Amino acid sequence: MLITITYEGKNTQELGYLLHKNPNSAQEFELTFGKAYVFYPEVTNKRTTAALVLDINSVDLAKGKENSPNTGLFTYVNDRPYTCNSFMSVALNRVFGTAMKGRCDKKQELADTPIDLTAAVYMLRCESDEDARNIFEPLGYEVNIERGMLDERFHEWGKSPYINITLKGKVRLAELLNHLYVLIPFFDGNKHYYIDDSEVEKLLSHGGEWLKNHPYRETIVRGYFNNIHSITKSALTQLADDEDSENDSPKHKRLDTERIDTVAQVVLDSGAKTVLDLGCGEGKYAARLAAEPQIVRITEADVAVKILGAAKARVEKLPQFQRDKVDFIQASALCRDRRFESYDCCLLIEVIEHIDEERLPVLERVLFEFAHPKTVIVTTPNAEYNSNYQFLPDGELRHDDHRFEWNREKFSKWAESVCEKYGYKVKITGIGNEDGNLGAPTQMGVFEL
Amino acid sequence: MRIEIPQLALITLVGASASGKTTFAHKYFKDTEVLSSDFFRGMIGDDENDQSVTNEAFELLFKAADMRLTLGRSAVIDATNLQKNPRKNILDLAKKQNVHAVAIVLDIPLKTLIERNAQRGDRECSEGVLRRHCEQLHSSIRILKKEGFRYVYVVSENDIDNVEIVRTKLWNDKREESGPFDIIGDVHGCFDELAELLDRLGYMKNDEGIYAHPEGRKAVFLGDLCDRGNRNTDVLKAVMSMVKSGNAIAVPGNHDVKLVKYLLGKNVRTENGLDTTIAEIDNETPEFRKEVCDFLDGLVSHYVFDEGRLVVSHAGIKPEYIGRASAAVRDFCIFGDVDGRVEEDGMPVRKDWAADYRGKAVIVYGHTPVGEVRNRNNTYCIDTGCVFGGILTALRYPEMTTVSVAAKEVYSEPARPFAVSDTADDIPVAEELLGKLRIETELIPSITVQEENTAAAFEVMSRFSADPRWLIYLPPTMSPCETSEEPDYLEYPTEAFAYYRKNGIRNVVCEKKHMGSRAVVVLCRNAETAKKRFRVDDGSRGMIYTRTGRRFFDDRNTENALLDRLDKVLDKSGFWNDFDTDWVCLDAELMPWSEKAQVLIKEQYAATGHAAVHSLDTVMKELFKAYERDKDANTEHSVSTETLVYKYGSKQRAAEGFYKAYGNYCWKVTSVDDIRIAPFHILACEGSVFTDKPHKWHMDNIEKYITGIDNIFMMTEHIYVDTEDYESVTAGINWWKGLTGKGGEGMVVKPEFYTAFNGKKLLQPAVKCRGREYLRIIYGAEYLSRENLPRLKKRSLKRKRDLALKEFALGVEGLKRFVKNEPLYRINQCAFGVLAMESEPTDPRL
Repeated sequence: MLITITYEGKNTQELGYLLHKNPNSAQEFELTFGKAYVFYPEVTNKRTTAALVLDINSVDLAKGKENSPNTGLFTYVNDRPYTCNSFMSVALNRVFGTAMKGRCDKKQELADTPIDLTAAVYMLRCESDEDARNIFEPLGYEVNIERGMLDERFHEWGKSPYINITLKGKVRLAELLNHLYVLIPFFDGNKHYYIDDSEVEKLLSHGGEWLKNHPYRETIVRGYFNNIHSITKSALTQLADDEDSENDSPKHKRLDTERIDTVAQVVLDSGAKTVLDLGCGEGKYAARLAAEPQIVRITEADVAVKILGAAKARVEKLPQFQRDKVDFIQASALCRDRRFESYDCCLLIEVIEHIDEERLPVLERVLFEFAHPKTVIVTTPNAEYNSNYQFLPDGELRHDDHRFEWNREKFSKWAESVCEKYGYKVKITGIGNEDGNLGAPTQMGVFEL
Repeated sequence: MRIEIPQLALITLVGASASGKTTFAHKYFKDTEVLSSDFFRGMIGDDENDQSVTNEAFELLFKAADMRLTLGRSAVIDATNLQKNPRKNILDLAKKQNVHAVAIVLDIPLKTLIERNAQRGDRECSEGVLRRHCEQLHSSIRILKKEGFRYVYVVSENDIDNVEIVRTKLWNDKREESGPFDIIGDVHGCFDELAELLDRLGYMKNDEGIYAHPEGRKAVFLGDLCDRGNRNTDVLKAVMSMVKSGNAIAVPGNHDVKLVKYLLGKNVRTENGLDTTIAEIDNETPEFRKEVCDFLDGLVSHYVFDEGRLVVSHAGIKPEYIGRASAAVRDFCIFGDVDGRVEEDGMPVRKDWAADYRGKAVIVYGHTPVGEVRNRNNTYCIDTGCVFGGILTALRYPEMTTVSVAAKEVYSEPARPFAVSDTADDIPVAEELLGKLRIETELIPSITVQEENTAAAFEVMSRFSADPRWLIYLPPTMSPCETSEEPDYLEYPTEAFAYYRKNGIRNVVCEKKHMGSRAVVVLCRNAETAKKRFRVDDGSRGMIYTRTGRRFFDDRNTENALLDRLDKVLDKSGFWNDFDTDWVCLDAELMPWSEKAQVLIKEQYAATGHAAVHSLDTVMKELFKAYERDKDANTEHSVSTETLVYKYGSKQRAAEGFYKAYGNYCWKVTSVDDIRIAPFHILACEGSVFTDKPHKWHMDNIEKYITGIDNIFMMTEHIYVDTEDYESVTAGINWWKGLTGKGGEGMVVKPEFYTAFNGKKLLQPAVKCRGREYLRIIYGAEYLSRENLPRLKKRSLKRKRDLALKEFALGVEGLKRFVKNEPLYRINQCAFGVLAMESEPTDPRL
């Protein structure tokens, strides 16, 4: 909602020239999503401050602009009108666009000179002070951060997720504005518009120069694009053509691939021709197994229609004869389902931990008793291994939706009880780097009739 | 000529071209019963004689016949059917549909055929064709029976105009008999127990020593009369005499079938108790043995009684077999749902057909010993394992009560424990939830749930819902009152009172709206009741769940503590006794709001409040500086800082209002004692759903039985308003002002009676009227601003009200079905319907 820019030194009123906004006059700007105002709280020789404040109507955000066919993207109760976010970036570009390009016909020399500037950004979403310093300090700023309690009345709710941050440095005004333009939405992490390839150009034009040498370049680009992989990759490639810029954390990548490789091999070894992938997620297993001549039919099943759409999109890219092997159904491991019958093999890859433990007996019956395939492959995290993940606080689970994560003993006890009840035999192994004491990150049970 | 045909049958005409089949068919059968190959040729090929579309025409004809039979309607196939192949298709269909195939042969001399053929002009056949037809006909007549036609009638030229078709009932059709019956489970030679049971049921031996009931009740024996017990022949004697004298009806069991084989001298294995019967029966006379053999062999696999409302068989029956006759039907009725697979102990794997049964007819059967009568989806298994030391049970129909006698000894050790693994009927079936759903309720006859909503609810239910066995009720959404005409208010009580007054409701109750979270409490007196009544056997005694069917508390200790304390209260107040129940379902509000909505409050409300208050404080500080400068500078502005001060000043006050508003509903919970539960409906308990009571009854009973004993359970402040009395209405408005002025959420206005109608139109069960400050939490801090309020006032309530009514009907329906002990899938359907109504539609086509 608010940022201020302060120029300290001599004849600081010249900030008005640099910004192309008269210090003696408050001004109003129409934006597509509301209004912006520029005014000067302080104008002296030694020190001049310009403020940019936005007026965004939360009802418009929720319902869409009056008489517009578009409905809003946000809820009525929303921090968007009050924080610094992508709306602010757009406003900066609109209101200070010329200054951002480094142009100033009347004082071009001043525009080209690093001067003592301080930017204050109010209510910027940023969970960690350290992150803010890591990002801004390499750009030459002295960083000052204020962070209050989320709610003074309820201290147990902890600290605020927003900071007021001041950045003080000797920089060109255009540089400062471009830093803000890119980094405000990076921290906020929630863009108000659809991100597409044209965003790459925008990023390069505002950050092409300084991003190249920033030690957290990849982090910034990834965050700026809300972690959208393809766009991030394209931007990073253009920023540094010579370097390989694989940005996924290598550890995670390898585990995922290794899991697919291992499971696919077990499926093939079991002799299965037909496979039910229950809780299929984004369809990686279908994509992999469809390529195997041994496999004639794969059914991708998930409770979430949206996810099935993603799986379908992945499978669409396969050659026709592979695509034809794959079906998609909305289904649940907690419902009896005739469509589950007559498969040779059923996959439950990283699924059980998403189900409340007390409801697992239902899954057992649905799968092992009623569907009763010859082979069932279950994988789930090994909780013991979690202490290897430095970013995972003790006792926390790997994913927000995980209802439990089992250690090896718990998993094998469960597997044995299933075998006893439904007449299967199980073999349990690990997937991923074995840690001597803690086992592998993923545990896999292969149940055979 | 008299032609007898079972009421449901697949009838086929056999006859040469020009033999008058079509005329015959339409003369003696309903036009709609007759499926003529010519007709289908014409339908798809525009020419009844176009032989090139014959295959397609027959495909369609058979499809039509198949559908008719599925719907329980006979079909008459009007085609030549002179060759084996087309007849084979007919027989296959009859077999698939488990109906008898009937052939009616029209035996017309060649001479007549030639004459008639000549008159047909447009569709003449050559004489050669007619001659061949006649030859085929005559060679067919002899083999029709052998092919599998149950009844074959040959109609000669002389008879053709004097045929009488008589539709006969199948043996299993006893629809006209409505009882009363005493249905008795597997006796297995336990004569002493049987005698005692008959005695308890009121049967007495008549002069001939035959058991008969003075009130004319009939006993129905479910088969397996012998084997394993100690008095097998005595049982046979008693039952045979009862059946023959019309005092009983019997169906055969697998043991009876085996005994017949033995008596016929066939080679049978004498294990599983047959040896005990053999030992006795071999000492009987050959006449008796023959009598037994004939009796058992003549038994009909199952019976349909009471206009189709009651079906009995030994091992149960699939719905598509009811009232049908075939080897497959007979085998199912006698041996159950088996497919040849065996368990490790050598016993056949019995599949759970009852779990999938969805019919309205009550099915009573035995065969599988169970610890106690097992009622699943309108089916009752009453073989309570007497011969294994269990009990011998009779189910009385139509009373649906049981009478039983304990075994006097263990006559045989069971091969496996007959506590019997649980059935599958408590697990929902995917295909019954996906796709478009239609749910019948008492309040709204038919509620349709669209496919995109069931798709969304399916995900929600699978991922987040609590164990569906507890979800006997989900509360409906609630509509606000119409938008207020008062300039500064979005909602105001006038409209709430007016809604009911205009709909003819004079008396309403206003209940304070507690700002917490809706909670449904289901409580059983103990885990035993939970198991028996809710079929939850994990040791829990109840559940507190949210309006979307999620468990309220992740922490089981909190839930248990609250349930225990509620139980103590109900015990102390005498509720359990006075209501004569061992479970109860309450509709309540649970506070504080922050207890359930913690994450939401922190991430959305508190975050927005914090950002708004702090941003606006700074904006105002900076603006004041600019404003101070302006006063001296005296310059031209495109917008004056004064305007901005005013503008952002009002935003700042709005933000503060918002910050205050949500804070009211949060407090820190350190123990169960900090939680508050305010019940406002006593929804149901054993035998009763209280949706027919006035709200005053609910409030009075809550006050009497639930509040005032333990601080956790608190009363809901309420007043009664007469909507036609000005003073009363004014008092209501002032009461609301008092509540909301202090920052309260507002009130809920309900009609005097729980369910209210205006004529036939179901009325909203409640409308809410929320406070001016409180609404900031809903519509955002600045909703009252000049640009926003007029826009928000344009809201339409129609969709919300429509949903509220449907969800209300579904909620009440769920309770009623539960109280009536309806099948679990019928109860779950209601909660699922509410979930679907409340879910964001998802396109199921991906």
